[in-house]
Amino acid sequence: MKHLLSIDELTTDELQELLRITPSFAEVASRRIAKVPALRGLTVATLFYEDSTRTRLSFEVAAKRLSADTLNVSVASSSVNKGESLRDTAETIEAMGIDAVVVRHASSGAPWQLTKWLDASVINAGDGWHQHPTQALLDCFTLQQELGSLEGRHIAIVGDIKHSRVARSDVSAFTRLGATVTLVAPPTLLPPATETWPVTVSHDLDSVLTDVDAVYLLRMQKERMRESLVPDLREYTALYGLTAARASKLGTKIPILHPGPMNRGVEIAADVPDLDQVVVVDQVRNGVAVRMAVLFMLLGSGNSGLPTDSLPAMAEEVPA
Amino acid sequence: MAERERKGAPPFGGSFVAKATVMDAEQIRRAVKRMAHEILERNGGLDDVVIVGLQTGGIEPALHLVEAFETIEGTRPPLGSVDVAFHRDDIGLRPVLPEAPTDIPTELTGATVILVDDVLFTGRTVRAALDALNDFGRPRSVQLAVMVDRGHRELPIRADYVGKNLPSARSEVVNVTMSGVEIGEMQK
Repeated sequence: MKHLLSIDELTTDELQELLRITPSFAEVASRRIAKVPALRGLTVATLFYEDSTRTRLSFEVAAKRLSADTLNVSVASSSVNKGESLRDTAETIEAMGIDAVVVRHASSGAPWQLTKWLDASVINAGDGWHQHPTQALLDCFTLQQELGSLEGRHIAIVGDIKHSRVARSDVSAFTRLGATVTLVAPPTLLPPATETWPVTVSHDLDSVLTDVDAVYLLRMQKERMRESLVPDLREYTALYGLTAARASKLGTKIPILHPGPMNRGVEIAADVPDLDQVVVVDQVRNGVAVRMAVLFMLLGSGNSGLPTDSLPAMAEEVPA
Repeated sequence: MAERERKGAPPFGGSFVAKATVMDAEQIRRAVKRMAHEILERNGGLDDVVIVGLQTGGIEPALHLVEAFETIEGTRPPLGSVDVAFHRDDIGLRPVLPEAPTDIPTELTGATVILVDDVLFTGRTVRAALDALNDFGRPRSVQLAVMVDRGHRELPIRADYVGKNLPSARSEVVNVTMSGVEIGEMQK
């Protein structure tokens, strides 16, 4: 495995393997000295063409916990403002000697394009409406912690599915781990061709909430909504928001997830995020561990560069 | 031999074929009991002693040592485990993934740590384990107990307590379980 571009490019075995090793990385992050030398001497660059707090920080912390050096390319204050292309920017930072690029871009497919130009590993940290694989991994890990396993569980994904790379990645990951998924959204916020997705679709949140094992709320992406897709946000909240009344009907056992940042008062009522079953903080904490696992898998586990037949014989190299 | 080494053996997915059994379950039980007595003798009891098994092969021998202490002394010292995957010197050269989270149950500063593994071979795993332990404090001393010492050291490391010294060829593979020690080789 050299790149992590989309959750669909991971085999189900690789997906499960990443989730299996993640607790080892969570343990490292919980140590008093939370740093191991695994990726010493390697450099990870984050190249974000869209705003982000948690994803960029999360990758940066994950790399530092594994002793990799990190470079932040802050697009707002870089030559990108002078009109430099993605390719030129990427080739410039690669020339400085980097081993992995974590990229976020408004255009779907930008990370694939980068793999054609660079030798470094490319990790997709969100491309347009398309994919956000590490978010799906941390969501799977968080749900496993809460539910034990996703096998046979019913998960509702609620909100702006159309503009959501999180929803696209999560649907693939959740269903491949054995969960059933119901998308809940007004018709205007559903992508075309959901009938080809392995999901059911509903426009009635209250009836879906009577029979779920977990609720996944999506952010209303106001910055992507140039067209008026909902009459107004208050009506959206009344029909599709997790109000205090809906949350109390849900009970205290059903975990509530949100990729952040939350619009309190829109998709989630102002005081609901403070309930115990809201696991947003766990998602952020698990995000670091999952990204450590991804970086280690791509850069450190020997699956990347060398062809297997060039490895030295085991008896000479592997200590017993 | 750890499961991950089996998976990593050339060609990948090879299987272990035993040539000879060098210890049976009863001999292993006696060796563990003798090592427990040696540890007690050298440290004057179990005060501040912490047993740490190396993932994955050292976990079972460590547990058996703790049980032997309980039989002999009536107390169980703290038992932990360490996974050296993040401290190995061959990261990036071969597919090695962590097996299980490291679990150190107590502060190690001032403690006497008994590291336990199944086979002592090149010494590289033990070096990585010593490195990993640093993150959990500064032990008063670290001692090494292994079920089998098969030679071929590549680093200045020796064991304090040895179940059996087993001369072996480099290309051979030693397989340790609590029901027996076998020597053999990996085959397609």
